[in-house]
Amino acid sequence: MSATPEDLVNLEVDGRPVQAKKGSMIIHVTDSIGEYVPRFCYHEKLPIAANCRMCLVEVEKAPKPLPACATPVVEGMKVYTRSPVAIGAQKATMEFLLINHPLDCPICDQGGECELQDLAMGFGRDIARFNERKRVVKDKNLGPLVSTDMTRCIHCTRCVRFGADIAGIPELGTTGRGENMQIGTYIERSVEHELSGNIIDLCPVGALNSKPFRYQGRSWEMSETPLIAAHDGFGSNLYGHVLRGKLKRVVPRPHDDINETWISDRDRFSYEGLLADDRLTRPLLRKGKDWCEVDWDEALQVAAQELKAAGQALGILVHPSSTTEEAALAAELAIALGSANIDHRLRQRDFRDAAADARQPALGYALSEVDHLSGVLVIGSNLRSELPMLGHRLRKAVTRQGAKVAFIDAVARDYHFEVAAQCIADANAWAHEIACVIRVVCESLSAETPPSVANWLHSVTPQASHRAAAAALLSGERRAIWLGAMALRHPAYVDLRALASELARITSARLGELAEGANAAGAWLAGAVPHRDVGGVARLAERVGLNTRDMLAAKLPVYVLLGAIEPAHDLAEPALAEAAFSQARSVIAITPYASESLKSQATLLLPMAAFVETSGSYVSLEGRWQSQTAAARAPGEARPGWKILRVLGNLCDLPGFAYESSEAVRAHLASQIESVAGSAVPSQLLTQHQPPIAAIKDAAHIDTGELDIPMYDIDAVLRRSPALQATSTARRARGEL
Amino acid sequence: MSVEHAVPTSDGKQFVTGEGDKVALLSAHTRAEIDHWIGRFPLGRQRSATLSALRFVQEQNDGFLTADLMDAIAQYLKLPSIQVYEVATFYSMFETHECGRHHVSVCTNISCWLNGGEDILAHCERKLGIQVGESTPDKRIFLKKEEECLAACTGAPMMMVDHVFHENLTPEKVDQILDELK
Ligand code: SF4
Ligand code: FES
Ligand code: FES
Repeated sequence: MSATPEDLVNLEVDGRPVQAKKGSMIIHVTDSIGEYVPRFCYHEKLPIAANCRMCLVEVEKAPKPLPACATPVVEGMKVYTRSPVAIGAQKATMEFLLINHPLDCPICDQGGECELQDLAMGFGRDIARFNERKRVVKDKNLGPLVSTDMTRCIHCTRCVRFGADIAGIPELGTTGRGENMQIGTYIERSVEHELSGNIIDLCPVGALNSKPFRYQGRSWEMSETPLIAAHDGFGSNLYGHVLRGKLKRVVPRPHDDINETWISDRDRFSYEGLLADDRLTRPLLRKGKDWCEVDWDEALQVAAQELKAAGQALGILVHPSSTTEEAALAAELAIALGSANIDHRLRQRDFRDAAADARQPALGYALSEVDHLSGVLVIGSNLRSELPMLGHRLRKAVTRQGAKVAFIDAVARDYHFEVAAQCIADANAWAHEIACVIRVVCESLSAETPPSVANWLHSVTPQASHRAAAAALLSGERRAIWLGAMALRHPAYVDLRALASELARITSARLGELAEGANAAGAWLAGAVPHRDVGGVARLAERVGLNTRDMLAAKLPVYVLLGAIEPAHDLAEPALAEAAFSQARSVIAITPYASESLKSQATLLLPMAAFVETSGSYVSLEGRWQSQTAAARAPGEARPGWKILRVLGNLCDLPGFAYESSEAVRAHLASQIESVAGSAVPSQLLTQHQPPIAAIKDAAHIDTGELDIPMYDIDAVLRRSPALQATSTARRARGEL
Repeated sequence: MSVEHAVPTSDGKQFVTGEGDKVALLSAHTRAEIDHWIGRFPLGRQRSATLSALRFVQEQNDGFLTADLMDAIAQYLKLPSIQVYEVATFYSMFETHECGRHHVSVCTNISCWLNGGEDILAHCERKLGIQVGESTPDKRIFLKKEEECLAACTGAPMMMVDHVFHENLTPEKVDQILDELK
């Protein structure tokens, strides 16, 4: 948005003439021209509080210094940020702030990256004039993620404003007043919000820090590597901080179009799962009843032999959080061996109507556009737990743009925004719920109910909740319908999708799928599905392989599990998997973990580098490709997945496995995708295909609870992360609270 | 028991009061008083009724607030609990620990001090057998922390008993006032 001259005012900063938008604050202007004004309470993503007074500057004609963060610019204003008056005020503020601060930097984790320390260097006195007793504030127990040293708090209230404005659920507050003012929850309770860890970064001092990272390292000894978040398809940008090859902590890497300055607790604290006791560090081969450590040569020879012998009777399961390169090589391997039995949709139950599958799961909107949606219907999703950061973006749409959001769900959940409608029904009735919304929508648009939907409707009368959901979806022009992970796991998913696509067509909404895993989109593009080649080109019928479920039901002789797949947790039907694996001649797991349950079902375990230990790329649900390099060293003899697959390809004497790096795999894949772009299936879910609605499936009855997988149980890394497992969210899911 | 109901707001709309496991702790009388205050503000501003709500709830509970009661207010006004705790702990007229039902605050700021405020306080302590900040064992009287100037310097020394000012105090007058508290 370019400002018209009427919107602008002229002012002078330290003698420099500048133009600024009307209504902006002095600090916006000084920041934009690179003139630093010290601050503690001001943060560009939070509402202005102006309670620390560190940003005092001199303004001509004003009787006293004014806070730059809360003083709007006016025509002709003359601001001095470094005049004696300004510096004097800033120094005085600093002296007051330090009166009660313990100055315990040597034992404070914030040391070296502390805004108070930095500004005290610039504005503090060398010698304290305050000889009285300092106050001491009792620490609070905020749960397993955030440590507190409340004596260090300078009452900037960033953490409080984060709760009220960004998280949407105020958990921290200021109690008492004056000398007795404290930040806390008042009643001892942990902070539970899925984004709570962000208060660690916001806190300008060492009052709120990362509990798992406590005393683990100093900021200046660690190196920083950019990473991509690996637990959901949002694609948050991260930094991994590494000390002597070990990942010590994860913090957000700001990216305004994706995660802004935030990340979810899941992405911040999952790294601890990498240190689990059952990390696999050497290849293990089952000999009879026993597991023997073998060297890579032997392990790979055995694996290659089995793969060659299996040929088209090979089945490959790829974890949906695998890198695109891993998925691509797995697909290449399968095809080259003559098998198209490859899939990454581990928890999907319904694979009908595969021709209507989109090229890749997507939101239908860029993430930054989500902030501006007007009407959204979310079907079968525990959104805050599936995609915490998407929940945050949607919250912005609701609170700032007045978006209306409706849910079709099995239980009414607490959202951090005003929910326009919740259609609560047993999962087995979700199709009817959608049909009811379609009926109301058709009525209000005076459109004919499509014959394909009529089937679902005859016995159904819409209720108030359906009317509210329809009204929500129809509000405004930018509409979205999202099928969540619970819908994707549904035994009648394809019916839900067909109905949702009818609804999307009628309402001109874009239809999206919130697929599980960090890289479901990449897996689709890489051809890690039985019916599509690279880039989403449909395979000829005779070349179509078996999907996850059919692969398991077919009881193949050889299976490969790629990525941290634990059959008991990561597959829709563990019993089916167990039956398949127990009869197989070989089950080769390329995995970072060797859990007992995996050992009981596999025959060969190849140690693989986990998500932050390998280079590779991920494709998010907005279709963005993002690559990372390895941040941490993989333990023992573990190797990156792409290398293992490449060597297996070579040992099987297959052509085309000469890649030198994961970048080469990516480049090859990208050029392939580009070359087939014209013949690929559409990137978006079609909203006009003829859905197989006529053939109502006698949907297998599902226990609704089975669809809803707790936030910190969705993958093997999270299941091994002690801090996340100790949160009340996780404990409640386990029935401990 | 469901107490959820619509309260007309000052802008002619309606606020539907919240439900929750603790709402039942509010007496019908307290709820009616809170409703009155909800009605003084436009819809969406029911947070403004917090202060009055705390006052009535403290009265209902014989002089002090508990976490459960503050939660009840939060549920009733559909606020996060912490926002009620913040208000309750900020204002000195709210007690968040168990104490006696009559709150007695003796001013010891400059004017009262010059006129014997400290003696008045000491007299109270002796008479009641408690220290400032404590309550009598029968929970009849709570000798609140020393007050700063209550803006009644012309009548110094003074004290406030349950929001009523008593000025030009003498030990005899204090005895009489305290004895009359039931
Ligand atoms: S805890 Fe940190 S963020 Fe919160 S008010 Fe204190 S200094 Fe600010
Ligand atoms: S930054 Fe301006 S008052 Fe705190
Ligand atoms: S000093 Fe006691 S009322 Fe002013």
